[in-house]
Amino acid sequence: MSNIDSLVLSPLGGARLPEGGDVGPIQSGWRLAVREFASNRLAVLGSAILVFFLVFCFAGPLFYHGQTINTNLLATNLPPGAGHLLGTTSEGFDELALLMRGGQASLEVAFLAAAFGIVLGSIWGAVAGLVGGIVDSVMMRIVDVFLSIPILFVVLIIAVRYGPSVLSLGLIIGGYYWLVPARLVRGEVLTLRTRDFVSAARIAGVRPWRLIGRHLIPNAVGVMIVNVTFNVADAILLVAALGYLGFGLQYPTEDWGDMLSNGIGYMQDGYWWLVYPVGACIVLVVMACNLIGDALRDSFDVRLRRR
Amino acid sequence: MTAYLIRRVITSIVVLLGVSIVIFFLLHLIYPSPAQDVLGAKATNAAVNAWNKQNGFDRPWILQYLSYIGNALHGNLGYSYKLNQSVAALFGERWARSLYLSGMSLLLSVLLAIPLGIYQAVRRNSLSDNTMTTAAFILYAMPVFFLALILIQAFALSLHIFSYEASQSTSVWAVMADWHAMTLPIATLTLISVAGYSRYMRSSAMDALAQDYIKAARAKGLPERLVLFRHLVRNACLPMVTLIGLSIPVLLAGNLITEQVFNYQGLGLLFYNSLGNVDYDVLIAYTLIGATLVIVGNLVADIALTVADPRIRLA
Repeated sequence: MSNIDSLVLSPLGGARLPEGGDVGPIQSGWRLAVREFASNRLAVLGSAILVFFLVFCFAGPLFYHGQTINTNLLATNLPPGAGHLLGTTSEGFDELALLMRGGQASLEVAFLAAAFGIVLGSIWGAVAGLVGGIVDSVMMRIVDVFLSIPILFVVLIIAVRYGPSVLSLGLIIGGYYWLVPARLVRGEVLTLRTRDFVSAARIAGVRPWRLIGRHLIPNAVGVMIVNVTFNVADAILLVAALGYLGFGLQYPTEDWGDMLSNGIGYMQDGYWWLVYPVGACIVLVVMACNLIGDALRDSFDVRLRRR
Repeated sequence: MTAYLIRRVITSIVVLLGVSIVIFFLLHLIYPSPAQDVLGAKATNAAVNAWNKQNGFDRPWILQYLSYIGNALHGNLGYSYKLNQSVAALFGERWARSLYLSGMSLLLSVLLAIPLGIYQAVRRNSLSDNTMTTAAFILYAMPVFFLALILIQAFALSLHIFSYEASQSTSVWAVMADWHAMTLPIATLTLISVAGYSRYMRSSAMDALAQDYIKAARAKGLPERLVLFRHLVRNACLPMVTLIGLSIPVLLAGNLITEQVFNYQGLGLLFYNSLGNVDYDVLIAYTLIGATLVIVGNLVADIALTVADPRIRLA
């Protein structure tokens, strides 16, 4: 296999091949996947960034108190300083505290959308793949239809009519993010259903839903986790775009996109602290998710390869 | 081959029909009738009902859908009550500008991504590869409008090289000639796409490099330059065809945001303005056109790949 070369050559390759004559320790696929993941420096970096932002956004407000609800006209557009570590906005809100609150909204929407999408998508894909035939064709054409409609347009149209909340925005975006998982899980199920353990379970009289829940989904979980990480990254960008265009979450809930959009108005005045910190937050979190996703994909590949 | 093409085209038409039903139904659900927007907030119920009856908005939605599709097939995409112009005329004024912005960026990003990806694959894990990968990761994680903003700040406001606003000319030829105003919008979209494409190209080239025909080409003593140009490029570019077909939704979204940031009078900006005005017919028509582009893009990519790669010619 050509992959052998890349394994030997790769400096990141934690999965060292046994030397001639040696036999590597027998390990479960999961442990291999975890080891491969942990030996990937970029993946560890991505996880660290993501954990940092989760702590920063959700635990940060417990330690850092700043005004984000009531306007304070005596403290508008202050540069970063002692009282306000990242300065204040034109409403006198504390930028650092706002970053934490905005991050909560952005991350909540993104995780909600990805979670909703993966649940719906894996059920849809598993059913389509397991039943097959005309049901499969119809279900997959439905996926094709929704996948052809550019999501930004639809989300914008819905968001304009119904001012979105964290919950509704998460569900709307999640209502789109089930399509790719459905395709992926269907593909996995199509290969899994010919395997002996699935036949054995069927012969033993296992009901279809239990077959999906106990035998098919757990075996497709690698593909699903990888997809979730990429979806979280995409969703954060989408929420930011909505916020920037002015159709995102509304005050008093604010997300990073809104903040960036507000800050841009003061670009000419040189109020950099309203623009670059929040921009950096978006870039870092999205990048972290992408790094994790890439590494997970590689490590699950290793697991499959070594089976 | 022919049978596959016919099957593929028929599936696309079925999906397109499904898309039109979903979009129409969705919009109908959200905005049952534009009457209130046309007549104003103070219009009485009687006036609204009369207007609905007159314009056919009192019929069941499936009938409205059929007449909409009938009209659309004859080139009538509806009427913008806000701009007092037919949607077809509005699109006619603007499509060339959007096509120029998106097409130019797509072309540039592909032309940049292919050599970049191959270079990175050949020099994998070198300093230059790692630098480019880092840059690609950052760009890939960047919201389009944030990148546009940084470019504006650097090249328009600080250095005064380019304009912060796209060309406002009505003639697309004048727009094309105005590099001073068009460089930043095109650069924004290009950079965003190049990030994804070059990473894809890198892994595709790495797969190709590990193949036996490359080893054979090297073993027979072919200079490295010829190995890359004759044997690697064409094979490594194949997956790019599919990727470009699949990236049309991303291009459309990027186009919308870029046009909004640079105030470029294209279809994306028209859609954005129509959102605020609730300009029903424009919204539905552009969403439909976008979905059609996605479906056609996938179809063309599939066909192109089948033509280019004899291995996947399905009977």
